[in-house]
Amino acid sequence: MAYKDEQLHEEKVFKDPVHRYVHVRDRVIWDLIATPEFQRLRRIKQLGTTHLTFHGAEHSRFNHSLGVYEIVRRIINNFQDRPHWNEDERLLCLCAALLHDLGHGPFSHSFEKVFDLDHEHYTQQIIVGDTYVNDILERVRPGFAQDVADVINKTYSDQLVVSVISSQIDADRMDYLQRDSYYTGVSYGHFDMERILRVMRPKEDQVVIKSTGMHAVEDYIMSRYQMYWQVYFHPVTRSAEVILTKILLRAKHLYEKNYAFKLQPTHFISFFKGDVSLEDYLRLDEAVVYYYFQLWQEEDDAILCDLCERFMNRRLFKYVDFNPNEQMDDLSRLSELFRDVGIDPRYYLVVDSSSDLPYDFYRPGEEGERLPIYLLMPNRQLKELSQESDLVEAISGKRRTDHKLYFPLDMLEQMDDHHEKVMEIIERLGY
Amino acid sequence: MLTNHAKLLRFFVEAKEVTGRKKLQKMIYILQVCGIPFGEKYRYHFYGPYSEELSLRMEELCNLGFLEETIEDKSNYIQYHYEITDDGVRFLKQFSLEMPEMSKQIERLQQQSARFLELVATMLYFRHLPPQKVEEKVSIVKPKQNYSPKELREAWQFIDKMVQSFLV
Repeated sequence: MAYKDEQLHEEKVFKDPVHRYVHVRDRVIWDLIATPEFQRLRRIKQLGTTHLTFHGAEHSRFNHSLGVYEIVRRIINNFQDRPHWNEDERLLCLCAALLHDLGHGPFSHSFEKVFDLDHEHYTQQIIVGDTYVNDILERVRPGFAQDVADVINKTYSDQLVVSVISSQIDADRMDYLQRDSYYTGVSYGHFDMERILRVMRPKEDQVVIKSTGMHAVEDYIMSRYQMYWQVYFHPVTRSAEVILTKILLRAKHLYEKNYAFKLQPTHFISFFKGDVSLEDYLRLDEAVVYYYFQLWQEEDDAILCDLCERFMNRRLFKYVDFNPNEQMDDLSRLSELFRDVGIDPRYYLVVDSSSDLPYDFYRPGEEGERLPIYLLMPNRQLKELSQESDLVEAISGKRRTDHKLYFPLDMLEQMDDHHEKVMEIIERLGY
Repeated sequence: MLTNHAKLLRFFVEAKEVTGRKKLQKMIYILQVCGIPFGEKYRYHFYGPYSEELSLRMEELCNLGFLEETIEDKSNYIQYHYEITDDGVRFLKQFSLEMPEMSKQIERLQQQSARFLELVATMLYFRHLPPQKVEEKVSIVKPKQNYSPKELREAWQFIDKMVQSFLV
């Protein structure tokens, strides 16, 4: 029997708190899960620093990847024998679902920002490069790995396959909303996924929703909206991200200035140099990052030492809402006062904006801007969701955006000079 | 801090106005590929390279009153129009940005249709491939657009001119 058709003797299942069970029958999927590149995802948290706000959020990219695979498996089962769906794409779709986040590194967002990296680039590299994952995919047929990479990159010829994995209502989002909700313990993020799966229809080059399922989709859009503001954009999590980013920037700066680290930052050197090979990238996981942060608390550099101590012991920056249109003068004045007393504002006074975060909202947008969610009406016509749903129209209209100013209150309280002046400004800003 | 916001405002000072979100998305992408250091991350989407970060940042700039967004109802679709405001110009003055001169290139982009810029942006997205493969890839990912050989030729010429203009 060809490798692509090989089935396990009996179905394997992973117990999963969100989907109850994740079912695996294909040998290829089982083998992919066992690769070191996929197992590495166990050591990368799905929500990065969110566990410092919601202590339960310790789940990994491994959990999420299995979850996305499971949802896609169910979608495909429902698509069987429906027009427009090509059953030959089944295994390709499952592999792409399983591997879609393979290139994520530890604390991806901060690493990408500081070192100008792109996890999607590494996802592609792991799939088409010299890896265990690639060996397995190429055993299916030569060129199969490239097809999986193209699906994940959204440049595959069959856009319907792409749309199952990645669209405004896709398996990726449906899994992470429910999973993140479960592990953070918040009461948002719930929606009737079973219902959505039942009303999903393959239609030429995209997945559409049978109009009778509109209310289930409304619920999904609401969950998405609430999770963004209550969990993903949480100001305390953003404080931890700010500190993490500043640690990486400081360590890079010190390296460039030939600072003599007590512990050679071997695993970081290629990141500092901007020349990260796939091997270097795969060697770094959260355990390694924490190891360095732990030891950098003993460094002589006061800033690196302090920032690492803050991150490790959750001594985070405080924050106030900040309006860049009205309060830039206050920011400039604060920067001056910080400098006067020897606090470097580049590390200790930070404006963070909602656009700095990697999550997106549902937006119908303009024609040709981004593919919206379409409802399949009884007359077989397609209608964009917000044209039919008042609720979706209301929350996808004018957007809420947000800017915060982060600062180390504990340091300010210990200032001998300028303390009153600084606090006056901070209080005027709303603290 | 807010430097990426300022860079976009600088673009709007040069562009004066932009009509169409899709056109804006592709203009910023093309300029970024040509070396203008815009900070927005792009991904490939159904209609070519698209940046969610850019969409969010535009919303922030509008909410802050630095850009004015007007909406035009074109009967079967909505079109957005953007212009920088006095507040936006004032905010920008606080930054000393090191950005290459780009007014001529922006003017050249402004003269093109959103459909053409979608083609150019998509071709640039596959720039790591040989030209023949780029065209094959465009026909694979954009079968409905049905770009003609003439449009492809014009897109290559446009890319050459854009790249050359930044080298001079």
